[in-house]
Amino acid sequence: MAASSERSPPPFPDSEEPELLEDSDEGADAFTGTSISEMDSPSPDSTRPPKDIFNEPPEDIFSDPLSNINSEPQKKVDTKIPSPSSDEAVDLFSEPLDDDSEVMSSPEVQNPMPDLLNEPVEAPKSDVLGEPPVHKNAARQQDFFEDPPKGSNNSSSSVKKAVSAELFGDDEDEEDLFKETPKVVTKKPQPSGPPVDVFTEVKSDVKVKPQVKDDPTDLFTEEALTAPAQKPPASSSSSSRTNGVHSEEQDLFSEATVELSLDSPLNDRKKKDAVKPSLSAPAASVASSSSKAPSKTLEELEEEESEDKFDLNISVTNPEKVGDGMNAYMAYKVSTQTSLTMFRSKTFTVRRRFSDFLGLYEKLSEKHSQNGYIVPPPPEKSILGMTKVKVGKEDPSSAEFVERRRAALERYLQRVVSHPSLLQDPDVREFLEKEELPRAVSTQALSGAGFLKMLNKATDAVSKMTIKMNEQDVWFDEKIQDVENEEQHMRKLHVMVESLVNHRKELSGNTAVFAKSVAMLGSSEDNTALSRALSQLAEVEDRIEQLHQEQASNDFFTFSELLADYIRLLGAVKGCFDQRMKAWQRWQDAENMLQKKREAEAKLLWANKPDKLQQAKDEIAEWEAKVTQYEREFERISATVRKEVIRFDKEKARDFKRQIVKYLESLLNSQQQLIKYWEAFLPEAKAIA
Amino acid sequence: MTSISEDSDKEKVRSVSVDLNNDASLVIDIPDALCERDKVKFTIHIKTTLSSFQKSEFSVPRQHEDFIWLHDTIVETEEYAGLIIPPAPPKPDFEGPREKMHKLGEGESSMTKEEYAKMKQELEAEYLAVFKKTVQVHEVFLQRLSSHPMFRKDRNFQIFLEYDQDLTVRRKNAKEMFGGFFKNMVKSADEVLISGVKEVDEFFEQEKIFLLDYSSKIKDATAKAEKMTRSHKNVADDYNHISGAMNSIAADNNTAFKKTISVCVLQKLEDRVASDQELKLTELLRYYTRDIQAAKDLLYRRARALADYENSNKTLDKARLKGKDIAQAEENQKQCLRKFDKLSESGKKELTSFKARRVVAFRKNLIEMTELEIKHAKNSMSLLQGSIEILNSN
Repeated sequence: MAASSERSPPPFPDSEEPELLEDSDEGADAFTGTSISEMDSPSPDSTRPPKDIFNEPPEDIFSDPLSNINSEPQKKVDTKIPSPSSDEAVDLFSEPLDDDSEVMSSPEVQNPMPDLLNEPVEAPKSDVLGEPPVHKNAARQQDFFEDPPKGSNNSSSSVKKAVSAELFGDDEDEEDLFKETPKVVTKKPQPSGPPVDVFTEVKSDVKVKPQVKDDPTDLFTEEALTAPAQKPPASSSSSSRTNGVHSEEQDLFSEATVELSLDSPLNDRKKKDAVKPSLSAPAASVASSSSKAPSKTLEELEEEESEDKFDLNISVTNPEKVGDGMNAYMAYKVSTQTSLTMFRSKTFTVRRRFSDFLGLYEKLSEKHSQNGYIVPPPPEKSILGMTKVKVGKEDPSSAEFVERRRAALERYLQRVVSHPSLLQDPDVREFLEKEELPRAVSTQALSGAGFLKMLNKATDAVSKMTIKMNEQDVWFDEKIQDVENEEQHMRKLHVMVESLVNHRKELSGNTAVFAKSVAMLGSSEDNTALSRALSQLAEVEDRIEQLHQEQASNDFFTFSELLADYIRLLGAVKGCFDQRMKAWQRWQDAENMLQKKREAEAKLLWANKPDKLQQAKDEIAEWEAKVTQYEREFERISATVRKEVIRFDKEKARDFKRQIVKYLESLLNSQQQLIKYWEAFLPEAKAIA
Repeated sequence: MTSISEDSDKEKVRSVSVDLNNDASLVIDIPDALCERDKVKFTIHIKTTLSSFQKSEFSVPRQHEDFIWLHDTIVETEEYAGLIIPPAPPKPDFEGPREKMHKLGEGESSMTKEEYAKMKQELEAEYLAVFKKTVQVHEVFLQRLSSHPMFRKDRNFQIFLEYDQDLTVRRKNAKEMFGGFFKNMVKSADEVLISGVKEVDEFFEQEKIFLLDYSSKIKDATAKAEKMTRSHKNVADDYNHISGAMNSIAADNNTAFKKTISVCVLQKLEDRVASDQELKLTELLRYYTRDIQAAKDLLYRRARALADYENSNKTLDKARLKGKDIAQAEENQKQCLRKFDKLSESGKKELTSFKARRVVAFRKNLIEMTELEIKHAKNSMSLLQGSIEILNSN
């Protein structure tokens, strides 16, 4: 009892709804009135207490604050997780739960269910009548407990809806209470968040299922008559009303114990949610299908973006070989042009070598990736390509390698600075501005640090396999799947584009050979006009060969490299998901620990060892704090990852669009050239006599 | 795709066989063909005003082997030694597509439905293209025969055209096959031998040098052109695959990439460019490789006759020396001379007309190819512009 009373009050101050508070108190009172023993052996009693409660307090609630409820249901719900809705049933249940979760479960179910059922059932009926909902509620309660339905209730449809919505909310809250999993968290906003939606939804529900009316009443009367702890009918009726509730109900039972332990942290969190919805909303509502949360984040993003219209231009140019032999390396000129005040001057240039870029990435990923940021990965090391450059052969492939790397580094830096959070990082600024950088040591593939990194990666991979996160968040679930698919498709596409590049190079080679052969043919042709035409054709083919070559490099630089970049980036996105999963795992571990501690405490209580009890309590408090902290961390990381992924998607769409337009333009260009060439040839062909 | 290749096929029929003086007295075409296992049955449609035919319009079914038989009988006819005998159509080759079809069947389980459907479509198109090409080379063979003043009167040719049942010509047996092979050997050895024979006529001397040179060059060019078209096809295939992959990405990701699908359309154009290039250019070169071989054969026959004449001269000298069989040797020598002269005369005519024909054919094909290239480039340009606009407007 004590616990429950503790629990229920905190939310209320935040809820800004005194009425509700009163109501809930009343409800609580009502319940306190009904003794625990009663609750324990509920079959006859439980029917009664609810009745009382419903008869009186609900009436109050609804009669006065109806408008309030309507206008602010969401907050209410938010705050009221533990003993959520002022409503009769919930309070009742939350209390008993504390006392004895298992026993309670049965009445719980029964009672809330009736509420839910009643409401919708009645709604359609009374719709026509248009009676004040206040009565309706009470009446309904009576209805199903006592049996005589009050058809004469007149409630305005809106009020009715409100009521039902509220009930809806309550219903959800209950779920929250009993289920500590993130799913619950995410579910919650749905009813509470956009009140309008909920209402309309409810409305439609109600209208669609008028026949439900009969069922629930029957069920309930029956229940009331027989035993309150009749789970099956309750749950079935619930399912008839709203799909999905049913299953949750069952969850409720199975997790009733867990709920107990979770209560307080949840409570805290909920409060927070209510206080700063904007912050926690995205996280909490991650999965909620309701439009509110996503749109909100999107809006945030939009704002951010408009703020981000910064002027920062980075280019990587002048690759230059420094040193000789195997110690040689390529240095690149990194020039920055900006009007941002955070930099000391408007334009500045530094020289950086490849390992500096890698070092930058290492620093950034150390700091940011655990927070769920997508840190753009740099281009891969290529020992083979670099060795070629080092050996210093001036062959085209090494020149291509250098150019390819230069372009990749430029894109990498641009990605880094276009990230609002990464741009603020001092390391980034240092990289762009500082004349001399300390040599990045841990970037060498064969160094000790590299080995350690590999080891870390391996353990990460193993732990990733062992963690079985049952993803409760639909958004993440889908997104993870999407990213996985996308990566696969990208890889496939990349392979194909590579083969396109190769085939086009081949084509260009073959065209060149053909051109030569045609020239030969032309030289041995004895008809002068035809001979000339053939040598012209050879020239045309020669030019076409050039064209193919250019196009091949276009294929490669604008298309293939884009895909390669995004395959790497998708890897980074996956890394973010992994970070989130790790956070989740930490949270779960802490929760398990807390539960163990609780059990230990219960044992101590049972064994009546007060001396150790204090210690156990301390430990519980400690772990509770940890759970809260981890959960918050998880939520933060979820929110960040979500934001990041949305940002990433946007960037991706923009990038792809830009690059593909560029690519198409290059194609267009070569087609134009082709037309020019052939058109020039046409008179020659016609001149053959 | 199909309709287009059909169009270009028809164009091509006209183009390759430009030498046909399209007089309406004997018009031959192959409107239909049926592929049964490894046999291809052609339906040959003949329309004629010549009195030597019983009907003015009729159709007969023929197989590839019948064409070969016709070609062989013409080659073996002494009378035509001085003519360029149109090269026999190559054997229908459906191995490529068939093999692919087999692979497709095997890989059916490992592919998605879309991929499978796409592959199948591609294959069907390829198969159809090969099929059309086959029909077309057979048609050209007959048309060349029919347009030639000598061949059109050939008895066997008329039988070939008129006999309204299956010809069921006897297939060459192993011995004959071997014989043919042996004959070829002898012929090439002979060619080397008689190349030492001094050419008396400058025209033929020049022509021989030119043809030898030209044939090696054109063979080379053909090979290169084939290679080029093949890699062009590869590029087209890549576009195809890329479009497939793009589609699947777009299906996943309806917002970001929907508009990029336009790239896929490129593939079809590229494909068309490749196939047209193949049809126009490679086929032209290929045909003339064969035609030049035929011209070379004529030269060979002439050279052979020349060698025979010289030999007969020698025998006559010998006979005169010995005073024996002088009359016979003289007769022989005279015959050889006559034959050689006849061959030289008709050969000269044939070669001159061949040259003119070749130039005209090249011209026509080159013009058509250029026009097609321009057309395709313009098409893809407008397509690209369209997609760029779509992308930019979004």
